Amino acid sequence: MRLVAWRRRFPLETHNSALKTHYWSIMDGAEILLESLKQEGCDTLFGISGGAILPIYDALGKQSDIWSILTRHEQGAGHMAEGYARATGRVGLCIGTSGPGATNLVTAITDAFMDSTPTVFLSGQVATPNIGKDAFQECDIFGITMPIVKHSYMIKNTQDIPRIVKEAFHIARTGRPGPVLIDIPKDIGEREFQGAFEYPDSVYLRGYQPEAPAADEQIRAAAQLIAEAKQPILYVGNGVNSVDAADELLAFAEKINCPVTTTLLGRGAFPGGHALALDMLGMHGTAYANWAMHESDLIIALGVRFDDRVTGNPKSWAPNAKVIHVDIDPAELGKIRFAQVPIWGDVKSVLKQFLEVVAPKQHSVWNEKLEKWKADMPLDYEKEGKLKPQFVLQELQKATQGEAIMTTDVGQHQMFAAQYYHPKQTRSFITSGGLGTMGYGYPAAIGAKVGCLQGHRPDADVWCITGDGSFQMNIQELATGVLYDIPVKIAVLNNSSLGMVRQWQKLFYSKRWSGIDLAKCPDFAKVAEAYSATGVTITHEDEVADAIREAQKNPGTVVLNFLTDAEADVYPMIPGGKTVHDMVVDGSGNKIPVGGWAKSHGGNGNGQMEREALETATSGEYAGEWNDDLKAGQLKI
Amino acid sequence: MSNQNGTISNVPAQAPGMEMQNGVPTIVSAAGVNVMSGNEKLHTISILVENRPGVLARVSHVFARRGFNLESLAVSRTEDHTVSRITIVVAGDDEAFKQIGNQLLKLIDVIKVIDHTNDNLVGRELALIKVHVDNAATRAEIQQLAELFRAKIVAVDPTTVMLEVTGKADKVDAVTTMLQQHEILELVRTGLVVLARGEKQT
Repeated sequence: MRLVAWRRRFPLETHNSALKTHYWSIMDGAEILLESLKQEGCDTLFGISGGAILPIYDALGKQSDIWSILTRHEQGAGHMAEGYARATGRVGLCIGTSGPGATNLVTAITDAFMDSTPTVFLSGQVATPNIGKDAFQECDIFGITMPIVKHSYMIKNTQDIPRIVKEAFHIARTGRPGPVLIDIPKDIGEREFQGAFEYPDSVYLRGYQPEAPAADEQIRAAAQLIAEAKQPILYVGNGVNSVDAADELLAFAEKINCPVTTTLLGRGAFPGGHALALDMLGMHGTAYANWAMHESDLIIALGVRFDDRVTGNPKSWAPNAKVIHVDIDPAELGKIRFAQVPIWGDVKSVLKQFLEVVAPKQHSVWNEKLEKWKADMPLDYEKEGKLKPQFVLQELQKATQGEAIMTTDVGQHQMFAAQYYHPKQTRSFITSGGLGTMGYGYPAAIGAKVGCLQGHRPDADVWCITGDGSFQMNIQELATGVLYDIPVKIAVLNNSSLGMVRQWQKLFYSKRWSGIDLAKCPDFAKVAEAYSATGVTITHEDEVADAIREAQKNPGTVVLNFLTDAEADVYPMIPGGKTVHDMVVDGSGNKIPVGGWAKSHGGNGNGQMEREALETATSGEYAGEWNDDLKAGQLKI
Repeated sequence: MSNQNGTISNVPAQAPGMEMQNGVPTIVSAAGVNVMSGNEKLHTISILVENRPGVLARVSHVFARRGFNLESLAVSRTEDHTVSRITIVVAGDDEAFKQIGNQLLKLIDVIKVIDHTNDNLVGRELALIKVHVDNAATRAEIQQLAELFRAKIVAVDPTTVMLEVTGKADKVDAVTTMLQQHEILELVRTGLVVLARGEKQT
C-alpha cells in the first residue's frame, strides 16, 4: 500500500506543451536524464548515491515517478535490476557512483551479459576536466566494462542525453538483450540543458540490426525435417522466456506431440508436470531428458546456446540428431553444434511461422518410451538421516503449486531447485546461469518482487532459494528488503559448507576437503531478527510444511533456515566434458546405461542396450576412476 | 534446395546492406589463400566502423580475448567522415576466424566486416627507413638501391639517408633485407591497407 505514494503518475501527454517548453528550458543534465528515463517507462531505479552522482540523486529527490531504492551494496543493486528485468521483461535500471561504486557493478554487468538480461547501468564519473587525472574515486569504468557490455556510452555533452538514453534502452531490450552502460561525468548532470526537451521517437544505428523475419525457405526446410522426424525433441532455453513465447511453445509442442526439455534458464518456458515435459537436461538434468536427447533424431533448439553444462562433450552429444537451431543472435548458430537448418529470428515469431506450416503429428512410440523412462528413473534421493534439501524443495513445490516466482543463488541448492521446482509460468525461475554468481539470489528476488509490486504480477509470491555460502555474499540486502517493505521469503538450505565444491571434492579429489567449511556461520534466524525480519530455524522434516505455510502467511520478509544434510549431493550427474554414458544417478557411483538397466525393462529390442550395460557398468568408488581422468586431462571441470 | 552437407543454400538476403549465408548474416567470405602453419591462414579483413572514441579498443578486444595476435593494423578515416576503416591482417584457421567475424558483427559500432582473402586487391604498406651513411660511395649505393625498388629518398643529411618505400609486404621486406648491409638506424612501417580493384566495393 505504501507503494501508492511512490507511484503517483502524471502521463506526459497531459502536460500543457507551452508550459512544458518553458519548464524544460531551465532543466539541468540530471533532470533531463530522469525525464528521458521516464519516457522509457522506467518506474524503479536501484542503486547507491555518492559524490559523482550527487546531481542525479538531487534530481531523484525532487520527483516521485521513479521509485529510487537505496541498496546496501552496488552489486545488490545490479542483481535487483536483473531480477526486475527477468520477472517483468522490462529493462532493469541501476546506478552506482564513480570509482568503487562503478567497479562494484562489474559482477552484475557480467552476469547480465552472460544471461542476456536487458539492463541499463548508470555509472557516475568524475567531472570532465578531471578525467584521466587520477582524481578521487576516478576509474575507467567505460574501459573496464568494454568486453562485458552489449554497448556502452560516456556522455560528453548534456545535449546528447536524450539520444543516448533512447539508444541504450533500444539496444538493451532488442535483439539478444544485454547490459548497456552509461557513464555520466558529474558536470554533465549539473550543466544546464539548452533549449526545449525533446525525446527522440526513433534511433539511427546503422551497425545494429537486431533481427529480421526468418526466411521462408528456412521455415519450410525446418518443417520438412519436423515432418520426417521419428524421435524429435524440443530443447528450449532463455530465448523462449525472454520473448514470452511460452504460449506459442506449448501450442507447437502439443501440435507436433514433441517432448520438451529445458535448460536451467529455460525453466518455466514449458509448464512443469505437462505430459510432454522432460524437465531439465544437462550435467544435473534428469536421466530421461539426457537419454531422450541422446536417442533423438531431431533437435529443435529454441533460444539456446549449447552450453558446456548441457552438452558435456559436444562431439559425442546427441550423435544421431539433426539440428534446427533458432536464435536471435546469429553468432550462436553453429557456434558449438552444426545446425542443418539455422534460423535467425526471435523464437516467438519463428514459432508462429512454424505453427502455420507444420502438420499435426503423433510420436506415440517415442513418447511411450519416454513415459517409461520417466516412470523408471524419476528424480530420487537417499531419504535416511538428516533433513534433505530435496525434501524442502518438494514441500515448497507442494505449497506454492509452481505459482511462485523463484530465484536461486548458485550451487547445490540451485540444482535442487531446478530439479524439484516446476514453475507453471514463464519468468518464474530466475537464476544466474552463465556466470554462476553466488550472491545473486536474494537481490534478484527483491528486484523481481519490486517488478511484481509495480504492476507486473502484483499477487505473485517471490521465494529465494539460497545456501549458507551464497546468502552471505549479499546478506546485507535484508536491510533493503525490510526498509522498503519488499516481502521475499528466503529458504536457506544450510549445510554449513560450500556444498557443490564439497561434492566435487568428494567425487574427484578423494574427499580432500579444502576451502569448503563454513562452520560457525551465523544463525540466520537471528540475523533475520537483527534486520527486523522474521527468522525460523528448521531441523526436522515434520516442521518443514508448517514453516513454509507460516512464511506464506507472513506479510513481511521471512528467512527459513533449514539445517540440511551436508552429504546430500546432486544427482543425476554427468561430469564436465563427459557424455551421457558417464551418468550416475546416486552416490553408489554406478554408471547407468542409456535407457536404464536391461533387466528392468527389456532394453531397446536389439540387444545393444544390454551390451552397453555390460560395457559401461562399473561399480564401487568412482572417485578413483575420475581422478585418473582428471590427471589424464580428459575430465574438464 | 540443400547441398551435400545438408545446409540450405540460396536463401535471399533478409535485409539490404547485410551479407547473408543460409539466412544468417555473415562476413562476406572466409577462405584464405596464404597458407600458414597447420590450418592457419593469413586473413586480411576490412572493418567499417563508426568514427567514435573507443571503437578500436572494442574491435581489438574481440581478437585479444581469443588469443589472436594481429600481424598488422591500419586505421583511418574514409571518404565518409563518420566512418573509419580498420584493416587487419591476422593469422588463424577458418573456423576460428568465422567466430571472430561473427563476434565483430555483434558490436554496435561495427557497420560491416569484409574478408578480402580471396578478393582481387591492391594492397600497400609504407615504410620509412633511416640508414647511416659515412661516405659518398655508400650514399650512391643506397640511391641506386632506392631506384631499383622505386623507393624515394625523402631526407638526406651528412650522416643519414631516409627512404620511403611503398608496396606489398614482401617488397618492403626485400628493401629492408638489402639495407641491412648498411646500418639501419630506425625503421617504421604502416599496416597493410587494401582496396578491391574495379567496381567492387571494399
